[in-house]
Amino acid sequence: MYKKRSFWLTVFSLVLFFLFIQYAQTHFDAYIIRIMNVAAIYVILGVSLNLINGFTGQFSLGHAGFMAIGAYTSALLYMSPELKAMNFFIKPLIWPLNEIQIPFLSALLAGGLLAACAGFLVGAPCMRVKGDYLAIVTYGFSEIIRVLFNNLQSITNGPLGLKGLPTYTNLWWSWGWAVFTVFFIKRLIDSSYGRALKAIRDNEEAAEAMGVNLFYHKTLAFVVGAFFAGIAGGLLGSLVMTIDPNAFNIMLTFQIVLIVLLGGLGSITGTVISGVMIAFLMEWLRIVETPMKIFGITIPGISGMRMLIFSLILMVAVLFFRHGILGDREFSWEALFSAFKKRHSTEGE
Amino acid sequence: MTWTLLLQHLANGVALGFVFGLVAIGYTLVYGVVKLVNFAHGDIFMMASFFVYYGIVLFSFPWWFSFVCAIFLTALLGISIEKVAYKPLRDAPRISSLCSAIGMSFLLENFATVVFGGRQKPFYQPQILSKTLDIGGVRIQLVTVVTILVSVAALLFLNYLVYRTRMGLAMRALAHDFDTARLMGINVDRTITFTFAVGSSLAAISAIFWALRYPQIWPFMGVFPGWRAFTAAIIGGIGSIKGAMTGGFLIGMISIMLVAFLPDLAGYRDAFIFMMLVLVLLFKPTGLFGEA
Amino acid sequence: MAILKLDGVTKRFGGLIAVNNVSLELEEGELSGLIGPNGAGKTTIFNVITGVYPVDSGKILFMNQDITRKRPHETAALGIARTFQNIKLFGKMSVLDNVRVACHYRLRASVFSAVFSLPNYVKQDEELTRESLRLLEAVGLYKLKNDRASSLPYGHQRKLEIARALATKPKILLLDEPAAGMNPEETSELMKFIRRIRDEFNLTILLIEHDMKVVMGICERITVLDHGCVIARGSPGEIQSNPEVIKAYLGSGAYARS
Repeated sequence: MYKKRSFWLTVFSLVLFFLFIQYAQTHFDAYIIRIMNVAAIYVILGVSLNLINGFTGQFSLGHAGFMAIGAYTSALLYMSPELKAMNFFIKPLIWPLNEIQIPFLSALLAGGLLAACAGFLVGAPCMRVKGDYLAIVTYGFSEIIRVLFNNLQSITNGPLGLKGLPTYTNLWWSWGWAVFTVFFIKRLIDSSYGRALKAIRDNEEAAEAMGVNLFYHKTLAFVVGAFFAGIAGGLLGSLVMTIDPNAFNIMLTFQIVLIVLLGGLGSITGTVISGVMIAFLMEWLRIVETPMKIFGITIPGISGMRMLIFSLILMVAVLFFRHGILGDREFSWEALFSAFKKRHSTEGE
Repeated sequence: MTWTLLLQHLANGVALGFVFGLVAIGYTLVYGVVKLVNFAHGDIFMMASFFVYYGIVLFSFPWWFSFVCAIFLTALLGISIEKVAYKPLRDAPRISSLCSAIGMSFLLENFATVVFGGRQKPFYQPQILSKTLDIGGVRIQLVTVVTILVSVAALLFLNYLVYRTRMGLAMRALAHDFDTARLMGINVDRTITFTFAVGSSLAAISAIFWALRYPQIWPFMGVFPGWRAFTAAIIGGIGSIKGAMTGGFLIGMISIMLVAFLPDLAGYRDAFIFMMLVLVLLFKPTGLFGEA
Repeated sequence: MAILKLDGVTKRFGGLIAVNNVSLELEEGELSGLIGPNGAGKTTIFNVITGVYPVDSGKILFMNQDITRKRPHETAALGIARTFQNIKLFGKMSVLDNVRVACHYRLRASVFSAVFSLPNYVKQDEELTRESLRLLEAVGLYKLKNDRASSLPYGHQRKLEIARALATKPKILLLDEPAAGMNPEETSELMKFIRRIRDEFNLTILLIEHDMKVVMGICERITVLDHGCVIARGSPGEIQSNPEVIKAYLGSGAYARS
């Protein structure tokens, strides 16, 4: 009975949520819409990284690389041939990429799938490489993607990047994918497969002794995580309209790590909250980089200040809030009701 | 390709190898003792070059005095980073200290961007060091020779510290078995402080030689040397000083020779180094000189 | 018929020979013990059987099948389950989930049917949940099924580890010091418990134990290991009077005095 009630409550709140999205898309300020889009992308990135880092316990720093693959693959597929010709004026794009154009959704999926393949390649060495070494290998991987994309001019246009991408990403696309990501990963970790992943996190040796195939499950986490990171990359490309290899650097990965840490390793609810928070925070922090007038004195904006404050927050989070907002707790309707009931009964006394 | 040219490249490769090797030793020492990848090590390297820069520009110190000051300041910086960011997390799960190290690296880079500015700055080139020696047709910069000589001296001194002093003995004991060594009454805090001081000063020395060779300094200059040096430390077998030097040489040589002989592929240099890293980790996870 | 057979198994770590040319047979349904001084290589033998360490030489046969090169998850799936000397539970997971993980390898449904709750997954998941609950009932942990594994008291953790091992549907159960850290009362309860599960689940059990009361009390056959070699093999009575064994345990001086 509880299950059924929770199900309908979830459906009901999703309907409400998408009504809100529809309203926001048509009535909100373009600036706010943009931040909301970024928030959704952060949610996708945070939740997918949490699957690898928080639920499977494999410390990965490769998310920016997966995003880059997703962003470039999808952009090269949904851009029109004319736009590609305009972009690739130094070295032409290779055939057949220069002639094809496919719809946004299939381009996104293609980007996600290619990122998932990369996820498999990165996840496979997981068997031999653990802990800090894995962090280094995945970090190296994402830097290598950057190096490759800077050099493969006839595919990626090198450091010039791709400009003037069509803006398909709107709130429906971004939040639609965000909701799907949360749904997919939540269902995955609650399933028997998810229990195997958490077992690997808690004690790898015991998990293997209980029949859990480490290779299969670790790569599973990487493949699924990378897929959604690729999707997020595709959405981001079409949102900001310009991508270049150096945008997908380690800083971007650090931001996602911060989202996961703040939300709590192993809490999807926490990651969603912190993803939205960070998106808005990063926008508000832009204030410190613009000149300000306080009591008639003009304080010039300091470039880089935003990232400095951001890294201070990261350090404070690591040193003093090690468990994030929610630790590894999750939201559930049952918990909400029982909390509500408890308060009700204490009020009654 | 003539012999003289080859020898020139070889000398450059050796010098660069020493630079990477010294940074790699910093990673290896810290990892050996506290089992932590000090992600901020590359940024400590960057800070050292800025210390030199400001010593000369702001305080008009003579260049050699500025170098010495920078080495001391960098050692201090390394010690403070350990106190602030790593010590509180010593008994926390590994993932926390790893995050802290990443955060520290991030913080130093952004701090440098805000305080020193994001633009590249020219690094002071002492007149004497930019001379070129001509040994039988082989033209070698004096910097290259000095790099090699100073690095060898630093290595000998390090060898003395690690194998001939009580502090070195404590370091080796902690690296071998942290908990037992702690129980045996080794002053853990002091030894770790010392380890960070040694690692950071070696990073400072190599930063100076790096900046003399590539005289542009900026807040993100430590990222790639740091990453290559760390790779060197893993390839050589982390925890082993000999391994770190060997790895450093390997990577220094590859860097120089790739640019010299296959300039078309030079852009992929880091991709090659990464492939090497993955292969070593897959087939000999403990590195060339690591213990099982 | 021997269900498990080790044939001249050797395992070296660097210069140290942890297991030296060990041959061992377990009869189906027998409850036997593996004893020896610290560092004799007992746990290493468990790790070699389950495939944690590859052997340097020798052969391991399980029900006439060569399992020498198998990985731990493969030996587990074939029917060799184990517990650990220093309990290794999935600390952050619930008691029930700890047991359900051990059923996971039998799941025959794809990730997709798991995520989208397709009927074939739901049916199997319900089945393995039922099985796990039955096991928890059998070891007396049913009421604690939703507790965090790390929050259980020590004795319960040991039992949960055994329940988890049973969930892999083993034919052989390897117990590594099951009585470690227990008081005499708990120990005698554990002895009954081990006998009971052996009969109830038709198991062949091999256990490592330092508590001689346990070993002599329940084991039908005992193997003594010293410095990686088998030095004696026989019934509890034979082992107790074997001079080699006394020497290994007490040193040659003690033997001379007695």
